Amino acid sequence: MEQVLFWLMAVVAVVSALTTISSRRPVHSALAFLVTLLSLAVLFLLLSAQFVAVIQIIIYAGAILVLFLFVIMLLNAQSGEGPQIKLPSQRPLAIALALLLFGGLSYLLLSSPLGAARPLPAGMGTVQAVGGILFNHFLLPFEVASVLLLVGVIGAVVLTVKEDEQPK
Amino acid sequence: MIPSIDYLLLSAALFSIGAAGALLRRNALIVFISIELMLNAVNLSFVAFARQLGDMTGQVYVFFVLVVAAAEVVVGLAIIVSIYRTRASVDVDDADNLRG
Repeated sequence: MEQVLFWLMAVVAVVSALTTISSRRPVHSALAFLVTLLSLAVLFLLLSAQFVAVIQIIIYAGAILVLFLFVIMLLNAQSGEGPQIKLPSQRPLAIALALLLFGGLSYLLLSSPLGAARPLPAGMGTVQAVGGILFNHFLLPFEVASVLLLVGVIGAVVLTVKEDEQPK
Repeated sequence: MIPSIDYLLLSAALFSIGAAGALLRRNALIVFISIELMLNAVNLSFVAFARQLGDMTGQVYVFFVLVVAAAEVVVGLAIIVSIYRTRASVDVDDADNLRG
């Protein structure tokens, strides 16, 4: 059962990722990316990471992707790509480099033994356990993350205010 | 139990697809989605290593990656919107004022 679910979700993730980067319309890309995100959430559940799976759906699929769709519909840009004139060899070069990257990564992964998996601690991946680590060992990074989000909010407002609307 | 190497290979495949998208496409929005795809691939390997090592720290890192991704998306989309306002285009080849 677990095997079937893993391979099903792996195939769905790879196919929808390929659709994401190959479809002409940005809206189709965003929706294919949503499928990738949901299949990754299932894989997180298989890896006993319930909290991560839930925030994957709530934050990525719920917030970030909606923002993407919002901007895509706001700009109403169709393909957004003119005829390729700047770099004619972009397509073959990009595909070759990506294949080289995948070859190198999988060679490294397959040539380095991982050993047997360690036993999982009690309550692995539950909100309680992850929260315990987050608020005990990662308290300072957690607070800095809130500052980062504040910077993001202010940056977005500053970048999108029109010149003539700026307060005197 | 599925061996961790399968998850890591899937993560490598998704990362390579994301890198291909970022190199291949010239629509700034799709380049952006490709970057998100790469972040997600890294999240998958974080979670796979967390299970392999029996340590939840990897899952906490995923949380921080999500925070950074959220901030990045907000600022990046704001930049794309303001580029679209001045050039009426989201083709990254059109934004070449700094091209040497």
